[in-house]
Amino acid sequence: MNAVDKTGNLSRRGFLHVTALAGGGMLLGARFPLDGARGAFAATADAATALNAFIRLTPDGIATIMAQNPEIGQGVKTMLPMLIAEELDIPWSQVRVEQADFDSTKYRGQMAGGSMATPMHYESMRRVGAAARAMLVEAAAKEWKTRPEKCTTEAGAVHFKNKSLSYGELASAAADIEPPNPRTVPLKDAKDFRIIGQEIPGVDNPQIVTGKPLFGIDVTVPGMKYAVFEKCRVHGGRVKSANLDAVKASPGVVDAFVVDSTAQAGSAAPSPSMFQVGLPNGIAIVGDSWWLVNEARSKLEVTWDEGSTASQSTESFDRQAEELSKQAPEQDLRNDGDAAGALASAAKTLEAAYQYPFLAHAPLEPQNTTAHFHDGGLEMWAPIQTPQFARGDLAKALGIPEDQITIHLTRMGGGFGRRLYWDYMLEAALIARQAGVPVKLVWNREDDTRFDYFRPGGYHYLQGGLDEAGNLTAWRDHFVSFGEGRRFAPSAEMMPNEFPQGFVPNFALQASKMPLGIPTGALRAPTSNAISFVVQSFIDELAVEAGKDPLQFRLDLLDSAPAGTRTAFDPGRMKAVLELVRDKSEWGKADLPEGTGQGVAFHFSHRGYFAEVVQATVSKEGELGVDRIWVAGDVGRQLVNPSNALNQVQGAALDGLGQALDQEITFDGGRTNESNFHNFKLLRIDQAPPVEVHWVMSDNQPTGLGEPALPPVPPALCNAIFAVTGKRIRSLPISKHDLIWA
Amino acid sequence: MAIAFTLNGKSTTVDAPPEMPLLWVLRDELDLKGTKFGCGRSFCGACTVHVDGEPERSCRMPVSRAEGKEITTIEGLSEDGAHPVQLAWQEIDVPQCGYCQAGQIMSASALLANNPAPTDGDIDEAMSGNICRCATYNRIRAAIHRAADIAQAPSATSHETATGAGGSEA
Repeated sequence: MNAVDKTGNLSRRGFLHVTALAGGGMLLGARFPLDGARGAFAATADAATALNAFIRLTPDGIATIMAQNPEIGQGVKTMLPMLIAEELDIPWSQVRVEQADFDSTKYRGQMAGGSMATPMHYESMRRVGAAARAMLVEAAAKEWKTRPEKCTTEAGAVHFKNKSLSYGELASAAADIEPPNPRTVPLKDAKDFRIIGQEIPGVDNPQIVTGKPLFGIDVTVPGMKYAVFEKCRVHGGRVKSANLDAVKASPGVVDAFVVDSTAQAGSAAPSPSMFQVGLPNGIAIVGDSWWLVNEARSKLEVTWDEGSTASQSTESFDRQAEELSKQAPEQDLRNDGDAAGALASAAKTLEAAYQYPFLAHAPLEPQNTTAHFHDGGLEMWAPIQTPQFARGDLAKALGIPEDQITIHLTRMGGGFGRRLYWDYMLEAALIARQAGVPVKLVWNREDDTRFDYFRPGGYHYLQGGLDEAGNLTAWRDHFVSFGEGRRFAPSAEMMPNEFPQGFVPNFALQASKMPLGIPTGALRAPTSNAISFVVQSFIDELAVEAGKDPLQFRLDLLDSAPAGTRTAFDPGRMKAVLELVRDKSEWGKADLPEGTGQGVAFHFSHRGYFAEVVQATVSKEGELGVDRIWVAGDVGRQLVNPSNALNQVQGAALDGLGQALDQEITFDGGRTNESNFHNFKLLRIDQAPPVEVHWVMSDNQPTGLGEPALPPVPPALCNAIFAVTGKRIRSLPISKHDLIWA
Repeated sequence: MAIAFTLNGKSTTVDAPPEMPLLWVLRDELDLKGTKFGCGRSFCGACTVHVDGEPERSCRMPVSRAEGKEITTIEGLSEDGAHPVQLAWQEIDVPQCGYCQAGQIMSASALLANNPAPTDGDIDEAMSGNICRCATYNRIRAAIHRAADIAQAPSATSHETATGAGGSEA
């Protein structure tokens, strides 16, 4: 599609130029005819007018706002249009929201990940709305032969003296106005917000509660067949031979074949981004009914080349980590002061070994994609967090140009980072191409559990030193993780400036690595979801050793950064949330019954500051119940949608609780042992305590909320268990520990 | 094999293998996509429908067992999305990803049909078979209480403790 400028010249270059200048999702400077032709601007009564790629106004005054980012349950389909509508100055009741397809020529940053939508788009989306508003005002001013500055807007209309024109009446005229410079278009003062800061329910709620088809798994295409894909249970294994004829004879099966993408031309290119997927290898079964093709899998007899990962297991990882912990670390990640010397001269020292397991993402909607090759291109409907990376990789793997691949973004039944990886899209495309018909690939739950890009496990061998006064003087962490050479496996790394770096004069972070053939990747609050457990638990141990209150010990530690130290985060903001959660939870003051205790932890990630207290009860027989979670958070001066903000924080906290209580993925012979929700246990409602959320509204840029409330929960819970039982939990999940006390 | 049942109030006959789970008959034969596939083993409850008014996991129910029964899916829970549970779910803004919510709503509506004023304990017991991966459990509880209120006094406005949507929540 080409943009058409006011002089009628094709201005694709100009359009791209404007986009680049604006940064972060701007399209102003271009108006897009809805049907791709200039005629769409004609001022006919029923013509919809596109003021820019995000906003379409119809004469009835309804603004249809395109939601550009993929929706995984983080609320972005509601939140980004709220930002546009605010500055457009139109009542939310006159807004309709549509999901945009993936289109890198129109939109920037169409991705769900890293809690990035708010920091990336908080201002740019408002500028989209403000620019459209300015065009409407100018159109009205022209009509009234006055200056735009004399006009005001309110409730979807432009006003001047006693005159007013609705946005619907102005839509066609506004389309002929030169769009203003998005960088200089004025934005509202926060005190004038009418939509930002309001509790706006999710825009898809009416469809969700009535069961409308919204998700990838709900897509149907005429002539479509269903597919399943059987892979080697050993990660990285490959098909040698299979009884395809017997499978083809099964009821409902129309075809069965080996997919070996590495054998295909053009398929060996590396992935273009920080996210990488392997090339598919396995057996596709295609047929008339998903249930029948899935049933036909039981007829398969396959000889696999299992490959080298068959020698890897959880037990072998545990053993290697133990051995590596006794050797000199391979790599220094950070050295401040002299940790070894300070430990040797400390008044008190502590040593502890911590570990955490691999985890699956387990989004409730199993992986799926519908792929249709037609008219020389590939059209896909996919639940995908990273459509741009996916398309680039698919183009290389399939040997077709990127602009011949269309990706429709479906609502996603959860993401949690799993759908940063597009392995199932690649499978669906290869299967559809080989089958010669449109195909909907759907994984079953066993596929989904076994073939994840897992949160990697890890091992930390810690030493801490305290001086006579109980101040932390030394911290050493030998981190045993996965990877090869200098390179960590995906999401198996650790930031060198991870807390308490900068708050301890003598700090050493060192690493050793084990090779890993099992795919790993980002799980909600990647690295933080594991590191927080280790750091905030060991800090608790040190507080106890120092004879100090664990919360006060943390406040003192946050005060200890030497003047002028540049740390990863602002200790003042963290202290504020810690003090708030202390007060709200009545830390140290609440009269708790025997068997009930509180634990505290904080963590900084995704630009968010979170301190949390968990109150737990442990019976003398060792039965654990979680009574309540208090969360104090600081994500800046403005919550865009407080209803969704609360929902995200409560969900993230309970997600962390589920991980800590009972989740682990283990391997044997290179295979994933867990397969479904009976042995990979998600939190259920009878385990879910009330989560009470409080905010510090600091004067900082608004930042994201999908992730940062999760990491403090596992350590806060383990610290609460210690407070009751005197038992220190140094490995997860908690369900593996005997909590009997008396 | 032809199997006849009542689906959302209408007589329906399907020709399907008798052992095919009702879930797949609903989704792929009858194109009712509201009932969701989550685990295929009745662990998660995403596929919950009503069979003669009782909640059932349709992923493990052979369609042959539907013969002569009255089946209600999320699409048939109300004409227009105005069942008290559907109203409460929107008012409390329960969904995050939304994938499990049809199953949650079917379990919740069955609970309220038998117990018009459930306690938190009743709710936890009746709803523990339905996983919400986004863990919207605080709001699911609040919304069931709210639905109970709506069912008893349809014009009642939301009471403060049930909204679960405030800037803080005690």
